[in-house]
Amino acid sequence: MSFFDLKGLLQPLGAVKQLGKNPHTIKFDDLNRDAADRYRGLHYNDLVACIGCGNCSTICQNAAIDMIQLENIEGKQGDSGLRPRVDNGRCCWCALCVEVCPTGSLSLTKDYIFVSEKSSDFLWIPGIDNPKAEENNRLSFVSTTSGSLSDYVRVPMKEMDSKERILTFDEVVLGYTEEEARKEAARCISCGLCTEVCPDHMHIPEYINAIAKANDDDALKIIYDNNPLPEMCGKVCTRRCEEVCALTHRGVENDPNDKGAVAIRWLKRYATETAPTIELMKEIINHEVAEPNGKKISIIGAGPSGLTAGYYLALKGYDVTIYEAKAKGGGMVMYGIPKYRLPESSLDKQIGYMQAMGVKINFNTEVGKDIMFDEIYDNSDAIFVGIGFQKAWTLGIEGEEAKGSIAAVEYLDIINRGDNYDVGKKVAVIGGGNVAIDGARVSRRYGAEVTILYRRRVEDMPADWEEIEAAEHEGVHIAIQTIPTRVIKDENNKVIGIEYLKAEMVSDADGGRPRPVAIEGSETILECDTIIGAIGQEADYSWLPTSYQDKIKVDRGRMLTNKARQTDDPKVFAGGDAVNRTADAISAIADGFIAVKSIHEFLSK
Amino acid sequence: MAREKETTLYIGPQHPGITGNMMVKVKVQGDTITNASVHVGYLHRAFEKLIERRNWLQSFTILCRFCVPEPDPMELTYARAVEEIEGREVPERAKYIRTMVMEMARLQSFMLWYGGQSGSSGLYTLGQWSVGDRNYLLDLFEDLTGGRIYHMYIWPGGVRRDLPKGFKDKALKTMDYIEKRLDEYDKLLFDNVIFQKRAQGVGIIPSDKAIEWGVVGAPLRGCGIKADVRIDEPYEAYDKADFIVPTFEGGDIWARAQVRRIEARQSISIIRQMLDKMPEGEVYNKVPNPMKWKIPAGEAWAKTESVRGEVGFYVVSDGSEYPRRVHVKGAAYTNGVTVTEKILVGQNIADVSFILNSMGVCPPEIER
Repeated sequence: MSFFDLKGLLQPLGAVKQLGKNPHTIKFDDLNRDAADRYRGLHYNDLVACIGCGNCSTICQNAAIDMIQLENIEGKQGDSGLRPRVDNGRCCWCALCVEVCPTGSLSLTKDYIFVSEKSSDFLWIPGIDNPKAEENNRLSFVSTTSGSLSDYVRVPMKEMDSKERILTFDEVVLGYTEEEARKEAARCISCGLCTEVCPDHMHIPEYINAIAKANDDDALKIIYDNNPLPEMCGKVCTRRCEEVCALTHRGVENDPNDKGAVAIRWLKRYATETAPTIELMKEIINHEVAEPNGKKISIIGAGPSGLTAGYYLALKGYDVTIYEAKAKGGGMVMYGIPKYRLPESSLDKQIGYMQAMGVKINFNTEVGKDIMFDEIYDNSDAIFVGIGFQKAWTLGIEGEEAKGSIAAVEYLDIINRGDNYDVGKKVAVIGGGNVAIDGARVSRRYGAEVTILYRRRVEDMPADWEEIEAAEHEGVHIAIQTIPTRVIKDENNKVIGIEYLKAEMVSDADGGRPRPVAIEGSETILECDTIIGAIGQEADYSWLPTSYQDKIKVDRGRMLTNKARQTDDPKVFAGGDAVNRTADAISAIADGFIAVKSIHEFLSK
Repeated sequence: MAREKETTLYIGPQHPGITGNMMVKVKVQGDTITNASVHVGYLHRAFEKLIERRNWLQSFTILCRFCVPEPDPMELTYARAVEEIEGREVPERAKYIRTMVMEMARLQSFMLWYGGQSGSSGLYTLGQWSVGDRNYLLDLFEDLTGGRIYHMYIWPGGVRRDLPKGFKDKALKTMDYIEKRLDEYDKLLFDNVIFQKRAQGVGIIPSDKAIEWGVVGAPLRGCGIKADVRIDEPYEAYDKADFIVPTFEGGDIWARAQVRRIEARQSISIIRQMLDKMPEGEVYNKVPNPMKWKIPAGEAWAKTESVRGEVGFYVVSDGSEYPRRVHVKGAAYTNGVTVTEKILVGQNIADVSFILNSMGVCPPEIER
């Protein structure tokens, strides 16, 4: 090829024909062109939908997101009250924060131009610094439930077949295998909203993390930080933690029952199952017992609150004695919860462990009968009262004293003691709480046909959805919107049926939940051999001498204490159902744990 | 003839030859280079170490920073290595999308190369054209991934999002336009006698040394050696695509440019094929919660073909949530350092940036 190759010289001149044409920048006005429909521009946050879980902040590999408190946003159950703030100077617009947002409140917008001289201006609070982004249809890179990186589907729990289980009192729930537990634990995003709402503030994300990391021993150790009855909680806890789980916001689309919440209770159960013997528990938990300090603590009632207070006080070197009226410890968890939910051996193991750690329990010792309160009072440096709610409310309807009408707690007590109770062929259970369901499911195990009469709708039932579902699987019939009016009995004063009125739900004018109102003339009679009333319980204070009642005050069935669970008598502390209004085991444990701190402070003065 | 005095020249770290900062220290006698040494380190950000501190998913956001002009092979290679250790399946549709994205990335990188190669020989018009036309490809990327330069689109398990509505039509139109424009580029560059004179016989890699020196990519194929990961060890949907891998004899800038000229057209063809054959279905095999996502202990070596050549990732997992080690073998490492040092000797000072450009040097990839 010579230098004077004519083609080689002329070809480039073809570019001349472009001479009159406009350049790209004019043909396509880039500045006024809108960004793509999935452009990753400045952040936007729906401040109402956001729950402040901080997952965006955790995943951000540039540490561009921090969680801050805003003026007009208060924390509440299931919402930390914090909101993300993005440092646009650090952000790399990868949108991982959007992909992991469990509520889908965070998104990126089509806006990307922002100019300022001050570096502090680049700290944006999405949703406040661009409040109109959603209104103006500027959202572009948004999160979808199916595309989200958070996993909204729970690992299902295996249960005994419903036909098989009504023939036995064996435990229904079979527990997670190791693989299932690891998989379920890996779903947790460690936001800690659950810890906040747990009455006992258990270290939930920490022990779930330990399980996810195959570190079961650590998990058990962390659980025992503030709960000495985790196996019980792992089986029957009311688990408010799962209600607020960040994953429920979108998990509800897949499963309206568990809402895709991390199975916190089952994971705790799994962790406790890894230590099947007391020796192994001692070795793993490895709690040190302090040198005896010579101070004596008496505890009335070996229920969850009493046991919790007893265990942690014993660890601190106190001489702890628990007085329990019944033959076994556990209180209402032992005598009020059927064995197919909480086997006796499980409680025996947990209480046995506490005894092995130095907690003395005097069984069959009823305060006020076998031992007087005065005696305990005089011989102790501090007293913790955890007597619980043992006495059932009566139904308050005509004929309820008839033979065959029994309160659920009494009924469950008889069964759990190991005795039998003849329920006949047909059973009516009145109430909608867990106790009512327990009564119904136990009766099913005796082969009876069971109907639950409840005033409101199924969705209004205070019982656990799993319990309701299990009862239905076991063939329990739930008659909703029914108000019992009269027990029908034969000449021998034996129950033969119950009369009830149908009710309609009337919406509350003040915005409260709808009320059931009886429909006149709708009287219906349900034939039955046994009526089990489960509408509530109260405490029995007959043990408390009147001379103490000016200081240890009882108001509307509950003992009055300050925040430290201390009564007006500085020596006496109280907790559990007899003090708090939530009436569940974990609140009782929390009370016991708070009381430990208060008692220790009181006696260290 | 009196012997001329040897002088040391520092070319760079900022210079027109390459994208990124790198210095070439040359010793010259007159205009002729007698010794060249490449100095890197201006862009060192300890990428490999940064990845170790991020969990398996988080690190995909810094992978694209390895090489600005062509970030996607980094994302893909890492994803493939992770998928191999974990044994994670990728949906068929995602494989086609990945292949298409890889070719789009190659094509836009070729367009940038057109600008660099012509610009470093003084032909500035073509640079304006190709970089302007490249914007249409970036528009496609923006529609598809949400980002123009850093796509962060391919991640372990598939791709982040499916094709948006109307993408196929827009992509096909863009391909038609660019194909037409490539012919016009040829008139300006390959038919141009100035370019021919500058490129032919300059920066020669001896074909018998190419393998020994570790030359990869277009420079290797410019030595007449047919080697391309896409056909040697087909990955994703490359085995379903019909394309040729061109080779040219000579080992000079001209041969390398010819290889790229053909490959750019092949990329367009592959993109069309992928759009045409793409099956319906999922595009992402969801990974578990990224915070707690663990990869079983193991190691993997994955490689892909970038515009610069073979990119390899060696990933080791110790079974935890974080990679134990990620080693990156970028194409620019051998091409840009050891090979460049050798072929610069005997060349003219004016050809330094011209040669660097033809080697496809990308300094951040060297300094991972």
